[in-house]
Amino acid sequence: MKTHWQILVVDDEEVMCESLAAWLREDGYAVDTAASGREAVDKARQKDYAIYFVDLKMPGGMDGIETMMQVRRLHSEASIIIITAYATVDTAIAAMKEGAQEYIVKPCNPEEISLLVSRILKVKNLQRENTILRKKLSRQYCFQDIISKNARMREALALALEVASLPSTVLIQGESGTGKEMVARAIHNSGIRAAKPFIAVSCAALAETLLESELFGHERGAFTGADQRKIGKFEMANCGTIFLDEIGDISPKLQVDLLRVLQDRAFYRVGGAEEVRVDVRVIAATHVNLQEAVADGKFRDDLFYRLNVIEIRIPPLRDRRDDIPLLASHFIERLSHELGKDIGGISEGSLRILLDYNWPGNVRELENAVERAMVTCRGKTLGEEDFSFLAHNGAQKNWAVPAGVSLQQMEKLAITATLQRTQGNIKESASILGIDRSTLYEKIKRYEIAR
Amino acid sequence: MRYLYVGATADLDPDAAAEPLAAIGDSLAAAFHVPVHALPLPPIEFALDSARRQYGSIPVLEVLGRARPDDALKLLAVTGRDLFIPVLTFVFGHAQLGGAVGVVSLARLHQEFYGLPPNREVFLDRARKEALHEAGHLFGLIHCADSGCAMSLSTGVRQIDSKRAALCPACAARIERKPSS
Repeated sequence: MKTHWQILVVDDEEVMCESLAAWLREDGYAVDTAASGREAVDKARQKDYAIYFVDLKMPGGMDGIETMMQVRRLHSEASIIIITAYATVDTAIAAMKEGAQEYIVKPCNPEEISLLVSRILKVKNLQRENTILRKKLSRQYCFQDIISKNARMREALALALEVASLPSTVLIQGESGTGKEMVARAIHNSGIRAAKPFIAVSCAALAETLLESELFGHERGAFTGADQRKIGKFEMANCGTIFLDEIGDISPKLQVDLLRVLQDRAFYRVGGAEEVRVDVRVIAATHVNLQEAVADGKFRDDLFYRLNVIEIRIPPLRDRRDDIPLLASHFIERLSHELGKDIGGISEGSLRILLDYNWPGNVRELENAVERAMVTCRGKTLGEEDFSFLAHNGAQKNWAVPAGVSLQQMEKLAITATLQRTQGNIKESASILGIDRSTLYEKIKRYEIAR
Repeated sequence: MRYLYVGATADLDPDAAAEPLAAIGDSLAAAFHVPVHALPLPPIEFALDSARRQYGSIPVLEVLGRARPDDALKLLAVTGRDLFIPVLTFVFGHAQLGGAVGVVSLARLHQEFYGLPPNREVFLDRARKEALHEAGHLFGLIHCADSGCAMSLSTGVRQIDSKRAALCPACAARIERKPSS
């Protein structure tokens, strides 16, 4: 798993710098060089190197020890190896005191450097694996774990971060697989309730009566089989957060019960007479459009307004394709560790396939696709052939021209869909549709499209 | 037609060098599927570091780059001198990764270097492996994790002896995929 680790060689003597870098590159590492301490610190700001080889004596007011101290301020985990031609016990002690991992005298034995690098990376691989496993185990996601450079997604995340410390109810809307639960966990972990429980309930998975007792608990003898009192998820989440996933799927009766909890923060266990009071923050999520469900009479409007205090919309992956390369390389890196495969990247051709695919299952589908490709991949780079299964899944085939529709109706459909996608942004919609803004206004008026 | 040139530097006695050069030429032609030509090369005394009593492989590569014939796909020099790069105590060889010129040293491949009685077979075997290794770098191969592959990193003769004088299937496949890079 060499490909993921980057090394920086810092030496004012170009020949030293380049010869060590070339030697390490032959070993398969990605190596950069810096001719001074200042340049090294600049580079460390832009990239997180796993190992720094730093020459002790460098001119320009910044020697190896100073460089090391500044780099460690940026990356406390960095492993720094001090190299010197003039070894003295004093400098060696000083270097180790300031946190150098090793101190070597040049010229050094090739075996020494080779062993040193592989020993450091072995530890780093274990540390990385440990972090991933811990995170998986505790699912302690925070906002830094959500990968996106997409403007709409960044906006949604900024809003989520802003409301994290408030007690307000949050409604997260987004298609299945967009990461609604991850955002909910990030909100919980960034707020003042982080140390308290986060309880997730999928409302779609359970039948009405089961869900009721799951949420509110039941008293002994409340129904056949209720042989003892059971504490519900709302009580378990006391002082913490309850995450109600797929809230759009709950029955009218439960909608009423839920409304009462949201209003009074109190409820009765099934079959119980005693009122239970809880201090719970509610985060709900849905993949169906709740406004539409309200308009269709399937979802109570009073409950909708109670839930929709703060609304966070997560765009589907096909509307934030700029995140696909970023997410793909994140999954490749993480899965390389989990699957124990040394895969360093993805070919341009296969990235094109990923960018062109429609991703009905969103980020979750992308993650699964990358994992499947990595399992079958034989090289060090994921190639087009590794993603051939996506073609069979019907890439780009989710859309068909509706028969029996006039051109004008088609135009109206196209404009409506684009406005929905851009959330009513005229400038962006006009640019996507390839028409002037004034033409777009005119057509919106003519077709009476609601914005 | 472009050739892979293998040349002995002038410090090597032509008679003594004939056998290792022939062995190297055969194994390179088989591994990289290119015709191998011999090319006599000038001495490398210019690269001597008198303090270290060794020869710098970086200046050698610079000079080789200029001495490369027009029809040379790659040029691998074979020298009897002990080579080094500034940061290391020695190197068995040095090649530009994916580049045109490389050099391999026979100095540390003799049993005599380690105070042992000479052994022609062991020496020829090591020469074949190290030439394959440096030529592999010229063809863009990096070190291989398979310790039996000629492209695995050797920092001592024991490691050279434990690997095969051939590329592993994965490295060979990489050469097949881009034959003349």
